[in-house]
Amino acid sequence: MRRTFTLAAGAALVAAISLPITLHAHRQWLFPSATVLSGSDPWVTVDAAISNDLFYFEHFPMRLDNLVVTAPDGTSAKAENASTGRYRSTFDVHLTQKGTYKIAVANNQVAASYTENGQPKQWRGTPDAFAKEVPAGAADLKVSRTSGRVEVFVTSGSPSDTVLKTTGVGLELAPVTHPNDLVAGEAATFAFVLDGKPAANLAVTLIPGGIRYRDTLGEIKATTDKDGKVTVTLPEPGMYWLNASYSEGGPTRQGPPSAPSPDGEPQDRQRGGPSLTEQAAPQQPPTAGPRAQGGPGGPGRMGPGNRPIVPGRRASYVATLEVLPQ
Amino acid sequence: MRRWLPVAMAGVMTTPVLAADLNVSLEIPRLNVAEYHRPYVAVWIEGADSKVVTNLAVWYEVKKPNAEGTKWLKDIRAWWRKSGRDLKVPVDGVTGATRPAGQHSLTFSSGKGPLASLAPGSYTLIVEAAREVGGRELLRVPFQWPATSAVTAKAQGTHELGALTVTVTP
Repeated sequence: MRRTFTLAAGAALVAAISLPITLHAHRQWLFPSATVLSGSDPWVTVDAAISNDLFYFEHFPMRLDNLVVTAPDGTSAKAENASTGRYRSTFDVHLTQKGTYKIAVANNQVAASYTENGQPKQWRGTPDAFAKEVPAGAADLKVSRTSGRVEVFVTSGSPSDTVLKTTGVGLELAPVTHPNDLVAGEAATFAFVLDGKPAANLAVTLIPGGIRYRDTLGEIKATTDKDGKVTVTLPEPGMYWLNASYSEGGPTRQGPPSAPSPDGEPQDRQRGGPSLTEQAAPQQPPTAGPRAQGGPGGPGRMGPGNRPIVPGRRASYVATLEVLPQ
Repeated sequence: MRRWLPVAMAGVMTTPVLAADLNVSLEIPRLNVAEYHRPYVAVWIEGADSKVVTNLAVWYEVKKPNAEGTKWLKDIRAWWRKSGRDLKVPVDGVTGATRPAGQHSLTFSSGKGPLASLAPGSYTLIVEAAREVGGRELLRVPFQWPATSAVTAKAQGTHELGALTVTVTP
């Protein structure tokens, strides 16, 4: 996860770790077999993927290294039968408790560049490792902090609130309307927190699934108020992809884009879900297209060893929400 | 309050003041489909605030081993959200086995069973049916409780339910 290297020696590595950036141009999601369950022995199966269209697994599987399943009582639950295929990862969760489970893949990363003994250095790793390994007073220090979180909630029996508590790291949903109690035509309120504090003036997008069979995205846009809240009425039942992104410093962009650009340009590093770590590189399928290789407009443009660190704080949040018919 | 009515006046009435019956006749239509399973059906009463007042009937596969039939209770989805998810089944006098296509008649009396504490007022009777590998349908019939003379209200289903008749009799 963390490496310190000189530019010359690190060229190959930089090329490898550039890959995840292109993935940010796509949409990450966890798609459950059900969000509302009854019965004496319920299970859910969850697909985890990174794709353009929602919710079709057509591009990359999501890594499950940082998967955390939280049971209604707040303890960690097990993801079973996990596997990663060409286009998707999949796993099961046995809902042995009644109430609401949170299934999340979250990442926190720090990237830094600085000068040491006249040598330019690049560093990438976890916030903890950053504090230990990068000299506090390093010259020319530029630091980029990135957090990404992809979530889905599922409920066996009556919805419960324990798992709705936020962790205080990154951009998170602090549900007001319970995420497993959404019904078409009813107003639903979502609150967002950034590092535990209300995320005001944040652009939030909801896109209904089924993109493949319609010509427009049909996205619903809203902006959080001073308390970090948005209230939306979702017109149609179905699965929705909820996305919000925060970016401070570096290139800014108002709100998520309306569509992926034709060349898959990382139109928004600040968008998307968790940054995939460099571990994502080995999973790149041999037949991956030019986009994944750093095609036109991709990271290759920056050239090996010349990847600039854009200082700032970036955080993104994704949730898959099921809206039931009346 | 009405118990304080003068004896003379009470004597005019032929029945005890709050006595009333609620008759529900619902039709499960005969469907010509390749794979037919009897629908799960829930019948309940909501108050003017759309909150559930009482469940009258819930028909599901009660006899499957290990309560496997409860897995599909959430498919009666309006009912599930309103009260089913908070209900521990089976419930004596409410839950029962699924029923075949045809007319089904249910009668409830004031002061007994599900209507033990139904206060006078405006209500809606709701029937929701969800069928395995089939569809779902929900019908609503408003009614006043109790009634001074027999009052009948009807609704007509189109695919998973047929005719629904609700009669309130004094």
